[in-house]
Amino acid sequence: MPPKTPGDVSHVFTPVYQPEYFLLLPLWCRSRVVESESENKLDGETASDSESKSEFGGSSPVPTSDDTPEVLNRALSNLSSRWKNWWVRGILTLAMITFFFIIIYLGPMVLMTIVMCVQIKCFHEIITIGYNVYHSYDLPWFRTLSWYFLLCVNYFFYGETVTDYFFTLVQREEPLRILSKYHRFISFALYLTGFCMFVLSLVKKHYRLQFYMFGWTHVTLLIVVTQSHLIIHNLFEGMIWFIVPISCVICNDIMAYMFGFFFGRTPLIKLSPKKTWEGFIGGFFSTVLFGLLLSYVMSGYRCFTCPVEFNNDTNSFTVDCEPSELFQLQEYNIPVVLQSVVGWKTVRMYPFQIHSIALSTFASLIGPFGGFFASGFKRAFKIKDFANTIPGHGGIMDRFDCQYLMATFVNVYIASFIRGPNPSKLIQQFLTLRPDQQLHIFNTLKAHLVDRGILGSLEDA
Amino acid sequence: FPAPRSCDVCNFRTSEEVDLEERLHELDLRSDSDIPDVPPPTDSTPEILKRALSGLSARWKNWWIRGILSLAMISGFFLIIYLGSFMLMLLVLSIQVKCYHEIITIGYRVYHSYDLPWFRSLSWYFLLCVNYFFYGETVADYFATFVQRREQLQFLIRYHRFISFALYLTGFCMFVLSLVKKHYRLQFYMFAWTHVTLLITVTQSHLVIQNLFEGMIWFLVPISSVICNDITAYIFGFFFGRTPLIKLSPKKTWEGFIGGFFSTVVFGFIFSYFLAQHQYFVCPVEYNSETNRFVTECEPSELFQMKKYSVPPLLQAVLGWETVNMYPFQMHSFALSTFASLIGPFGGFFASGFKRAFKIKDFADTIPGHGGIMDRFDCQYLMATFVHVYITSFIRGPNPSKLLKQLLILQPEQQLSVYKTLKSHLVEKGILQPSLRG
Repeated sequence: MPPKTPGDVSHVFTPVYQPEYFLLLPLWCRSRVVESESENKLDGETASDSESKSEFGGSSPVPTSDDTPEVLNRALSNLSSRWKNWWVRGILTLAMITFFFIIIYLGPMVLMTIVMCVQIKCFHEIITIGYNVYHSYDLPWFRTLSWYFLLCVNYFFYGETVTDYFFTLVQREEPLRILSKYHRFISFALYLTGFCMFVLSLVKKHYRLQFYMFGWTHVTLLIVVTQSHLIIHNLFEGMIWFIVPISCVICNDIMAYMFGFFFGRTPLIKLSPKKTWEGFIGGFFSTVLFGLLLSYVMSGYRCFTCPVEFNNDTNSFTVDCEPSELFQLQEYNIPVVLQSVVGWKTVRMYPFQIHSIALSTFASLIGPFGGFFASGFKRAFKIKDFANTIPGHGGIMDRFDCQYLMATFVNVYIASFIRGPNPSKLIQQFLTLRPDQQLHIFNTLKAHLVDRGILGSLEDA
Repeated sequence: FPAPRSCDVCNFRTSEEVDLEERLHELDLRSDSDIPDVPPPTDSTPEILKRALSGLSARWKNWWIRGILSLAMISGFFLIIYLGSFMLMLLVLSIQVKCYHEIITIGYRVYHSYDLPWFRSLSWYFLLCVNYFFYGETVADYFATFVQRREQLQFLIRYHRFISFALYLTGFCMFVLSLVKKHYRLQFYMFAWTHVTLLITVTQSHLVIQNLFEGMIWFLVPISSVICNDITAYIFGFFFGRTPLIKLSPKKTWEGFIGGFFSTVVFGFIFSYFLAQHQYFVCPVEYNSETNRFVTECEPSELFQMKKYSVPPLLQAVLGWETVNMYPFQMHSFALSTFASLIGPFGGFFASGFKRAFKIKDFADTIPGHGGIMDRFDCQYLMATFVHVYITSFIRGPNPSKLLKQLLILQPEQQLSVYKTLKSHLVEKGILQPSLRG
């Protein structure tokens, strides 16, 4: 298509529902209008960026092995060990990227499950380090208690957040309704049971070790479980809020490594001697650019920008909606400074791309602190890697260390700048109040609306 | 018998690091008996008490000191209740800060980490951040009208989570930048110690304040039940104690435990009966923006209105009454006292185990005869959380003013649709008369 106006670059990237791209969209994502109603089933393929990504390998059900698979070993037997290591890393990287694409295709439900598995594996890795440090394999009960606490905290979080999304389903089934009404009480009772079991299991000669492991378990839960739940919250907000942050962190990792490899000279921080300022800055600029491009491509597809909802009739997830204004192209005036550089007067962008600049900036500037924290942790406890799950890369935690802070940041960002409270949830809460409180709120709201002129006269609507 | 060590460790150390590593390793893994005892705390009883009691033997002297200090604390408690909700909030805040200080100091002593760079500032900074976050989330709701009038506060409230997160992140980055080569492990230990302490002390204290806002009775009855349980279990144990309860605390006995349970339930009943009659204790605390004070005035909810209950036939024969007039709240007090007597002590055992693990006799020397503030509050930990969970599950629904606040920040179209839904619901239930004009 020829450009409509001089500044219009929309022809460069043709978005969305062109017939030739349609078949690439996963089945769960295609519009109901065009396709038949049997949608929202899980099926196969990817629909987005071409940039290389890595390291979202998730805790695939591949059995963990200490050594690289025999196949790889034989294929690379001729190379020197340095190149061999590089190749192993590269091949695994590609494997993980492919896996990431596949699970995006499979849809929100599979993604949730994968996030949960990754969380469990991370917890397991950190707890195992604790056991090794404290030689506490023989402590009575402790392994059971750690897993029990993980279960309790997960039950609490899933109950608080996920039931909101499944509200109608929960209300229909009687046992689920009771569980959801007294949810906090039940979770607290479960946690207390664990706490009392801990106190009863204190053994005379091992008090200190037991308290250490108790503290270790709780800090790990704090780090691992809260982050994974924030990721799922972000996912429900729209898959783009899940994919773009994670990809930015991954891109920053790779770009910083490459810039450091080719141009690196000045060391960045004593904690990680391999990081350099050149890598850091180069990674920052490439990540911002990558974020802009990726968001442009993804904002065109409804399946990424719409909040995930649970459809009660079909009992599956749907992602279909009217795209919010964040995902509608708008004209922006380029500041005079850049006009001479870039040559255009206005540019058409999605507002979301402005947000993606904030996300990429955080991923490049603050995200690495998560990595430094993990490096310090490994040095403190004298371990080279968290575990040996992924050949050439180490454990799952090694891949996810920079993601910690990112998930929290995205969640806080969304809550502060993007969305307000959820109206249907507010209505649910309203319905549980006492009649006099309901009346009071109703009257205040009415006065407010009349004040603002939204309600025409006193008794309109 | 020792579990195999992962040998990823082996090829990573210089010789100085080896020395430090060995020392740290010993520090971690020495069995409890090898740890040198902390020197006995200095005697901080005031001179005046010492002179007054100089005649008595050491055992009775100790008993008297404890007794006098107990009375002093109880009177202090009454005084603060009289002074009102605001003073109570300040008291809770000071106790929280003191408990935090005590636990952190123990950590310093255990790890000899007074010399770690930055660490004291960082611990206090984290305390400040977390408090700021919690106070902003909860207390700001109660001051909604006060806040609405001031522009700067509006900004702080709207972006509250973001600001708190940014503050926390600053602390986190400072921690990472402060990691020093030879002290990594110590620094990580102190980081974790700080966070677990924050989790314990700060969250509990905020739940206490939320209970307080629900009505002072929800603050007074649980705390008094725990205190009563402590005292009566001690007295029953003193007079009738024979069978030890748990190895962790050899002084506790089953007789004390059971006697304490029954007395606490009775005490809870009686105490709630008296408190439920006064509006001052029963009404939710509200902030009146005109007079700039807290007010506790309301129509007492049905929990605090006398009702007739039929006494079950079993008890009728014993008591001789057929019906009894009680407040429904007394039923709830039964649950609260039961928790205070049966599960509350586990908080105490946890603290005893902690003290034994780190070879300290008391958390600190703040209160003569009793030890530190934490020693007095160890049983209260779980109680505050329990009361909060109990209130949200069984008593009240969501907070109306918070709901209103959220409604007011919706988009206008959303507000309009919510308004319509609410109106139809209220008309349906007959709470609102259908308007004649439209």
